[in-house]
Amino acid sequence: MKTPDSSSPYFQPELETLSVEGLRALQSERLQQTVRRCAQVPFYRDKFAELGIRPEDIKSVDDVTKLPFTTKDDLRDHYPFGFASVPLRDCVRLHSSSGTTGNPTVVLHTQSDLDAWAEAVARCLWMVGARPDDVFQNSAGYGMFTAGLGFQYGAERVGMLTVPAAAGNTLRQIKFIRDFGTSVLHAIPSYASRIFEVMNEQGVDPRRDTKLRVLCIGAEPHSEEQRRRIEENLGVKAYNSYGISEMMGPGVAFECQEQNGLHIWEDYFIVEIVDPVTLERVPDGQLGELVLTTLRREAMPLLRYRTRDLTRILPGDCPCGRHHVRLARLQGRSDDMIILKGVNIFPIQIEKILLQFKEIGTDYLITLETREGEGDIMSVDVEVNNVFTDDYATLKRLEHEITRQLRDEILVTPRVRLVPKGTLPVSDEKKAVRVRDLRKLF
Amino acid sequence: MTIRQVSIFIENQSGTLQKVLELIKRSRIQIIASTLADTADYGIYRIICNEPERACLELKEAGVAVTISHVFAVELDNRPGGAADVVARFSEAGVGISYMYAFVIEGRGILIFRTDQTEEAEKVIASNGLHALSESELPMQY
Ligand SMILES: [Zn+2]
Repeated sequence: MKTPDSSSPYFQPELETLSVEGLRALQSERLQQTVRRCAQVPFYRDKFAELGIRPEDIKSVDDVTKLPFTTKDDLRDHYPFGFASVPLRDCVRLHSSSGTTGNPTVVLHTQSDLDAWAEAVARCLWMVGARPDDVFQNSAGYGMFTAGLGFQYGAERVGMLTVPAAAGNTLRQIKFIRDFGTSVLHAIPSYASRIFEVMNEQGVDPRRDTKLRVLCIGAEPHSEEQRRRIEENLGVKAYNSYGISEMMGPGVAFECQEQNGLHIWEDYFIVEIVDPVTLERVPDGQLGELVLTTLRREAMPLLRYRTRDLTRILPGDCPCGRHHVRLARLQGRSDDMIILKGVNIFPIQIEKILLQFKEIGTDYLITLETREGEGDIMSVDVEVNNVFTDDYATLKRLEHEITRQLRDEILVTPRVRLVPKGTLPVSDEKKAVRVRDLRKLF
Repeated sequence: MTIRQVSIFIENQSGTLQKVLELIKRSRIQIIASTLADTADYGIYRIICNEPERACLELKEAGVAVTISHVFAVELDNRPGGAADVVARFSEAGVGISYMYAFVIEGRGILIFRTDQTEEAEKVIASNGLHALSESELPMQY
């Protein structure tokens, strides 16, 4: 495949601008291939038998809901090669991510898998304006960490001069940026801020002394304000990247130049958003867990992989001309979900409401406890800041208003407590403790 | 004529009151009058002091939730029922009082109260020949 002309806004125009109907047809075709491949994997063969599914029953993308889910634990339980659908001699690369508990997970790639991965990353980079004339510097860790090699191959696929700077040694990163004329940089957001700080200390003005133009950021949650600050400081446009090592790594989803949601490549994945408890699909636009089915993987196809990442699908068309759906910024992990009186509650929902009140800070503490006669209840402690009104009636009204808005959002009535600034507990890493579960389990 | 009052949000169990008093002591701010009212979970500690802006800044810097509000300080007749008569004038005129407290300086009783109807309160004060203290009339040191 040849590189398109630099004036083209798309790296692969036909695939990127494919109509929704076109995407569904392509997905249906590829899902059938994927299911046939999965039938070579003992884990899926057993599941198919259990569910009474024959590969030939899966005909269209809508049939995906008949298929079994796959979890990270499943991958761990079949460490190291249990999910391979091809002989190991056909595989050319292995990536592994260590877990805090149990076995690590292993992801295998054939040459064709690596090519598809590089193409996906190249599409993303091209989408945010990277071109063969650019110099790309990757300050992600290499080795097993997929953002190193993932961006490396993608950037080379675009045709950029690519600098595998790897993580750390900020002075050297800055020297490379200046000496090599780096115009596109990949870094995690906190490291991008660090680079700027050190530039400042060294008297380097990024606008005057560097050619930096585009920054790709990911791997670490960050707010829109943080992004805007990084853009302002470094004089760049910063784009969010979403990767997941079990899928391949970077290249799964990426923001386009609209900076409004991350396009997820639907010719690579079937995208579902499900309720983390019932595993039923939620309506478009609603928050839930991202579930992905791979469509282009040979060595290790995965069906309905539960990413544990919470997001929602943004409705409507994107002005950039790509019909691949857009995911909202990742909004935490489904492991953070609270179930209270049978209702699913995500801390992010509470955060969103609290942000609207100028009288209170952004820190909060959710406490779940069991009360005699009342069952499980939830209280939300919020910090009063310096714009509180000096009278109890107003403070009471504030409490009531927060309670009312929270109830409308999460559908249970929490007990809201106003507390003074600086009194909410912090964990050892100085990170705010958000949820305390003191419920009695029967 | 109103004076500035420093209002501090404190929680009953958390030791904020102790912290606040320590801070005020260390910054050598003089408290002229104060009151602490509490509800089940939290309280507002209200202070009339000699340097309200500085007090507010220092407390803010120490991470305390604090705000400045404007209150009336009306002099009372030194006789039984003095406060009742003053309050009656305001309620007759339909001026709502959100809270009040009293203290004595140099033998004079002073009633501090807060209302959202500042203009109406000014009228009541003028038409009844009451005296609302300005900050310059507060005792600066002992
Ligand atoms: Zn777009």
